[in-house]
Amino acid sequence: MSTKLSIQGVSRVFTSPRGARTQALTPVDFDVRENDFVTILGPSGCGKSTMLRIVAGLDQPTTGRVLLDGQPVDGPGADRGMVFQSYTLFPWLTIAQNIRFGLRERGMPEAQQKERCDYFIAKVGLRGFESHFPKQLSGGMQQRTAIARALANDPKILLLDEPFGALDNQTRVLMQELLLGIWESARKTVLFVTHDIDEAIFMANRVAVFSARPGRIKTELAVDLPHPRHYTIKTSPEFMQLKARLTEEIRAESMAAAEH
Amino acid sequence: MLGLAFFVVFVAAWSVFTLGGFVSPTFLASPITMAREGWLLFTEYNFIHDIGMTVWRVVGGFVLASIVAVPLGIAMGAHKGVEAFLEPFVSFCRYLPASAFIPLLILWAGLGELQKLLVIFIGSVFQVTLMVAVTVGSARRDLVEAAYTLGANNRGIVKRVLIPGAAPEIAETLRLVLGWAWTYVIVAELIGSSSGIGHMITDSQALLNTGQIIFGIIVIGLIGLVSDFAFKALNRRLFVWSTL
Repeated sequence: MSTKLSIQGVSRVFTSPRGARTQALTPVDFDVRENDFVTILGPSGCGKSTMLRIVAGLDQPTTGRVLLDGQPVDGPGADRGMVFQSYTLFPWLTIAQNIRFGLRERGMPEAQQKERCDYFIAKVGLRGFESHFPKQLSGGMQQRTAIARALANDPKILLLDEPFGALDNQTRVLMQELLLGIWESARKTVLFVTHDIDEAIFMANRVAVFSARPGRIKTELAVDLPHPRHYTIKTSPEFMQLKARLTEEIRAESMAAAEH
Repeated sequence: MLGLAFFVVFVAAWSVFTLGGFVSPTFLASPITMAREGWLLFTEYNFIHDIGMTVWRVVGGFVLASIVAVPLGIAMGAHKGVEAFLEPFVSFCRYLPASAFIPLLILWAGLGELQKLLVIFIGSVFQVTLMVAVTVGSARRDLVEAAYTLGANNRGIVKRVLIPGAAPEIAETLRLVLGWAWTYVIVAELIGSSSGIGHMITDSQALLNTGQIIFGIIVIGLIGLVSDFAFKALNRRLFVWSTL
């Protein structure tokens, strides 16, 4: 399959107002193929979110470049949908208006907006909540809306930055299944950042393990578990094996991070 | 209910002091005298006209100030360049007391309505500008970023993220400043005016009619209270989402 996203020698150095320099990301080279579901796994503060923000165009790399379909990325755009860890629905818009935000910005005809919005509302199981405000919904429902809002734009790649990090465990598992189900049926290219090992394996067909800061990709691991995946797969021997291996990798990095 | 109780206590204490003869009626009229003078004001002196004039001045000056200040504040809050350019000047002007401008304004605009409106305008416009700029400037960064990733351009960010996000607080700012505008209008009417509640108060002062003065003050308070309630109710209706 062809390369969708190409991260080439991307590094990031943050300079504090006093001039202190922190290397958040050592040059990273990484490719995501079309229809890949890649999870980026790493301890907190390892620079994995920084990399995702650079792909989204919300941050500028110090060196290197990002190519999407061979085109260099400069600045954020609708072709890269993003779901954040924090709840970023617009609180003054209803659920339906939130999902239609990008479509309206693009000037899509009203009828078409409605049709797409209805489709994705159904897809994330929020029928009946169209005219609710975000604050009236639970955290899980808000993140489902955020996913629908990003997908409604039909982006070339979907970027998720620990989207379920703030949710309780049960909701989190349901959300994983929901997102995976959407991916299995729609075959989007997905780049998903997480620090949860189960989540990383369950969702992905490829896991990239980040080292402790300054971040770099330490290991890449293919996940060949069959689709559609059911939550029971998490107790299968294959899953356990992958988990044991990744736990070892992450442990080394977390200890390295703690020493600094 | 408890709030109402204090009004009762206040009027009772006032009655005791005045009707009990502890205070000379020359300095402080009793509630009864005040009520009677108030009735006379409406029946004999066309006080409704004065009230109308004052309300019109407050609203007129305030609306003019809002029309200038809200867009200016939004521009300052949304664009760092505009803010850097205007902020020091506006901050300086904010500390200029509107009442100190009255002699100048009389010189420039005469004793007519324009002068009264300008006092309110000067008193409100800089305050509103700065407060709106701060509100818009403190928009949630993650919402702005989310909008960018949904394909919004800079115009879209201002129109569809910054302004709607700041709107409830802007409305609150306007409500607050409207209260201040009420204090400016009376000052404007105390000097060189032939109508309005402030003018009535100056007239009554010359006649040592404390009943009328107090009645005037109470009317101002009541109108202020009513307009404040109305403003609050309107804001709640317009921005249901912000009170969830």
